[in-house]
Amino acid sequence: MKGVVGGLRGGLLAEPLIFEIGGSGRYAPVVCEEEAGGDGEPFPLQEHLLREGVEGLAEVSEPEVVRHFTRLSELNFSVSKNFYPLGSCTMKYNPVVNERLARLRGFSELHPFMHPSFCQGALRLMWELERDLAEIGGMDAVSLQPAAGAHGELAGMKIIRAYHRERGDGRRKVLIPATAHGTNPASSALCGYEVAEIPCGDAGIIEASQLEGRLTEEVAALMVTNPNTLGLFEREICQVAEKIHRCGALIYMDGANLNALMGVAKPGDMGADVVHFNLHKTFSTPHGGGGPGAGPVGVKKELERYLPVPRLIERDGKIVWSEDFPESIGRVRSFYGNFGVMVKAYCYIRTLGGEGLAETSRMAVLNSAYLRKRLEQVLHLPYRAPSLHESVFDDEDLRHLGVSTLDIAKRLLDYGFHAPTIYFPLVVRGAIMVEPTETESKRTLDAFADAVAAVVEEAKTDPDLVKAAPHGTVVGRLDETRAARRPVLRWRAGEADRDR
Amino acid sequence: MRRVYCPHTEAEVREMLRAIGAPSVEHLFREVPRELVRTGAIRVEGGLSEPELCRRLEALARENAAFGDFPQFVGAGSYPHFIPAAVAEVTARSEFSTAYTPYQPEVSQGTLQASFEFQSIVASLTGMDVANASMYDGASATAEAVLMAHRMAPQRPAVVISSALHPHYLQTVRTYASDLPGMELRTVPYTASGATDLEAAEACLEDACCLVLGYPNFFGVIEDLAAAAALAHEKGAYLVSTTQEALALGLLKSPGELGADVAVGEGQSLGLPMSYGGPGVGFFGCAQKFLRSMPGRVVGETRDERGNRGYVLTLATREQHIRRERATSNICTNHALCALAVAAYVSLLGPRGLREVAARNVRNAHYLAKRLSGIGRLRFFGPFFNEFVLERARAREIWEGMVQMGFMAGVPLGQWFPELDDCLLLCATEVHSREEMEKFARAFEEAAGGGA
Amino acid sequence: MKIPDELRYTEEHEWVRVADDEATVGITDYAQSELGDVVFVELPKMDRELKRGDQLASVESVKAVSEVYAPVSGRVTAVNTDLVERPELLNQSPYEEGWMARMKLSDPSELGSLMSAAQYAELVAQEKGRK
Repeated sequence: MKGVVGGLRGGLLAEPLIFEIGGSGRYAPVVCEEEAGGDGEPFPLQEHLLREGVEGLAEVSEPEVVRHFTRLSELNFSVSKNFYPLGSCTMKYNPVVNERLARLRGFSELHPFMHPSFCQGALRLMWELERDLAEIGGMDAVSLQPAAGAHGELAGMKIIRAYHRERGDGRRKVLIPATAHGTNPASSALCGYEVAEIPCGDAGIIEASQLEGRLTEEVAALMVTNPNTLGLFEREICQVAEKIHRCGALIYMDGANLNALMGVAKPGDMGADVVHFNLHKTFSTPHGGGGPGAGPVGVKKELERYLPVPRLIERDGKIVWSEDFPESIGRVRSFYGNFGVMVKAYCYIRTLGGEGLAETSRMAVLNSAYLRKRLEQVLHLPYRAPSLHESVFDDEDLRHLGVSTLDIAKRLLDYGFHAPTIYFPLVVRGAIMVEPTETESKRTLDAFADAVAAVVEEAKTDPDLVKAAPHGTVVGRLDETRAARRPVLRWRAGEADRDR
Repeated sequence: MRRVYCPHTEAEVREMLRAIGAPSVEHLFREVPRELVRTGAIRVEGGLSEPELCRRLEALARENAAFGDFPQFVGAGSYPHFIPAAVAEVTARSEFSTAYTPYQPEVSQGTLQASFEFQSIVASLTGMDVANASMYDGASATAEAVLMAHRMAPQRPAVVISSALHPHYLQTVRTYASDLPGMELRTVPYTASGATDLEAAEACLEDACCLVLGYPNFFGVIEDLAAAAALAHEKGAYLVSTTQEALALGLLKSPGELGADVAVGEGQSLGLPMSYGGPGVGFFGCAQKFLRSMPGRVVGETRDERGNRGYVLTLATREQHIRRERATSNICTNHALCALAVAAYVSLLGPRGLREVAARNVRNAHYLAKRLSGIGRLRFFGPFFNEFVLERARAREIWEGMVQMGFMAGVPLGQWFPELDDCLLLCATEVHSREEMEKFARAFEEAAGGGA
Repeated sequence: MKIPDELRYTEEHEWVRVADDEATVGITDYAQSELGDVVFVELPKMDRELKRGDQLASVESVKAVSEVYAPVSGRVTAVNTDLVERPELLNQSPYEEGWMARMKLSDPSELGSLMSAAQYAELVAQEKGRK
């Protein structure tokens, strides 16, 4: 059976699905105590409530499970293996000690309804983390509850909505620059807002003059990312903020790019009323192949009462949870947030401290400036203003060769590097967005720049080689059209060979 | 300057600045208006060395009563279950944990295939046609299910939701629904069995897009999903089933088999530590007809140009980076690493292992309920999985007393249900031995000061 | 690039074929080539009354969604359900097997404002020139 049996392919393993391994009746360890309550008595539940046993699950032994997932792990690119120049994703090193500490039993085996007297360590950690993030963001209060950046956006925009509603203000519109992440408009829409896009000006930033005519009584907020997704600092942010506030609207700052500014400048000083933080970007917690992350949300004093509940308060020398915030937007999820992720971020912050965080941002910007300097010799740079933690190139110089951003990205995989973020931001056609972070050495940056130069050279001398890339990966370019036209989203018994 | 996690020497920094043509690192920030740049350090404590950090965190961890050091009989949305070493081993692999979202499928087949396996497992457990690659948690997955039902039937603005749902789930649905024009939440009461009052539900389903039930519900009671489905469908509404204790699906009939249109929930029970409530993993399964309206990331199977099987993120047109404000949800990630743990756990146990563990939960919980029924009384008579509600005068006081004696006697329900002020929600799983339950029951007796 | 003479066109790249008081509607060859591989087509509901310019359908490729607008006003009398299973028909045969809907015209005078094949060819040439 082609494609089903595992084996070596170009030095890499192809691995069958777990359901295709093993056989009927095989299963692993007994995870129950030998003796339990009520043995020997009739089973307490009536037969009609029960299923036979779940169909379609794997029946495999422990060695097979461990080998299967270990093999799958080897098919992954990861920060621990090599450099991810992914713009906007801040793929920095994930300190291993933080992983170990998050697994301490006192954290990992702690029940969320544990009596507060017996979880003061966890509460203290969260209490301190809230305050640290508030200090970094220039905010007055923080909720750690949101599980991801977009979840923080949702909470933040709900807060803005609640603020206006309390004023009897039915503002309907949120201004969002064209450079924004797609989650910004989606989160706004989820809060019942209409989105009005601010087009990207020639300089790549929002100019205060662009707001003329857009600032009506309908505007509830401006959502802005600073530095923006072109890596450019929003130079006119203070003037923009003043105008926004004067019309009675608020500023939401997307903290996705905070790695450029930690300890150097505070969103709160720039006029932001609400900020979310991405613990999985800025504060070094691993991305997990797409989560779990955490997206705490911070606010200025006048918005504090709308933060999600429960909130931590101090009472009789103890830290406890309180739901007593009647103006709160409510909960955005169960319990208190992704606590396991918070532990890692807390460790990171305690390791670096205020000065260390600032130095981290300085080094992130230095790395980006250096890499930009090297890459602009071979790639076209559409916005030439100085950028901070990331820079955005495009494929303009390559199009006449029939080579696109996608091809460059795929060919870089053959050189052992992950591709940069591509086709984002949308304002740059064929965007190639590069963010090195502070944890990469000069040697790595040079090697990456050399690889990009080599690929660009190949695009000129042997474009077909680039267009057919990648060549050395376990699979080649995958047919996304096929995947989307007739979606196969699960394995089913008897459909193992779907080659039709 | 001691740089942590940044490899540059001073000489390298100088060399890089020279290459850039900048006089200093500060110069690189010249676009930031001077009045915004901090002159001194911000007030954040730090500079701990690794041993200092370890000491600090170990001290904080010791202030928390970990399961095992402090006998606890609490579930209520987060469950103590045994996690085989192989599960933790696999998920701790840095190839999985430090990978990014699999946007470059050629170098992300590990995460993609594991997610595809997770989707298959969720579809099987829930009895649904399709599932997504996971969500944040059970509460937000429930809220997303409600939003999806609303999208599919926009002319039916009401949402009928059981008050026997996990209070956090209910509150989350309320938050998500609060700013959407026309959406109206109607809660329906529970009966003496602890199950949702379906007659009351019937009365308010007329213009509803969905009926939402816990399965098992917050009280541990196994709802009659089949009856609820028949009712909802007769009125033209979808049935959404939400499961806070996923292990139950290894033993109970699947929501799909009983007629649910959407089955969501929390997968923490299947291989993830409680971790003070997160991260867990939301799961989301639904009927085929919802496919293009489903929220969240989805992995699909396809082929490469050489004919090899492979996996990609697919149906991206539902998502924000393409649809922006018209996306099916704002969710732009999942809990991939947690989904991996579920895939490993479920595969390790297999259908037989899952059924065995689930059955052991049922037996233990019933044993404990019986053991305590002399001291208090079972508040509800409906069939239950591994949790039950015990009524006893001064429940809150007894609970406090038990804490002082070193036991967590479930969770007092009065904080959410004033009418259940004398009730505790108790849980027993496969990790509780008979001896522990005996010890607990004796302590409970003592704390309660004798019989009922 | 095929632009059949007997059809009428819109600036949004829809085509219309009229027989008596019924119009068959689809997207042009140029539109499908710009979209790339179509993976999903969302068709209108039968009997829906649409005004000219209302959204008639949406067409998804792997990385884009495009709306198709009603080129004329009228009631939807038929939809091409083959596209549900085989969205690729839009790419392979945009003017024949890839038709999207039939509409009963409510205002035949609207037809006069649609473009001829020659006018549409000019529009496409212009758009290509801008690229």
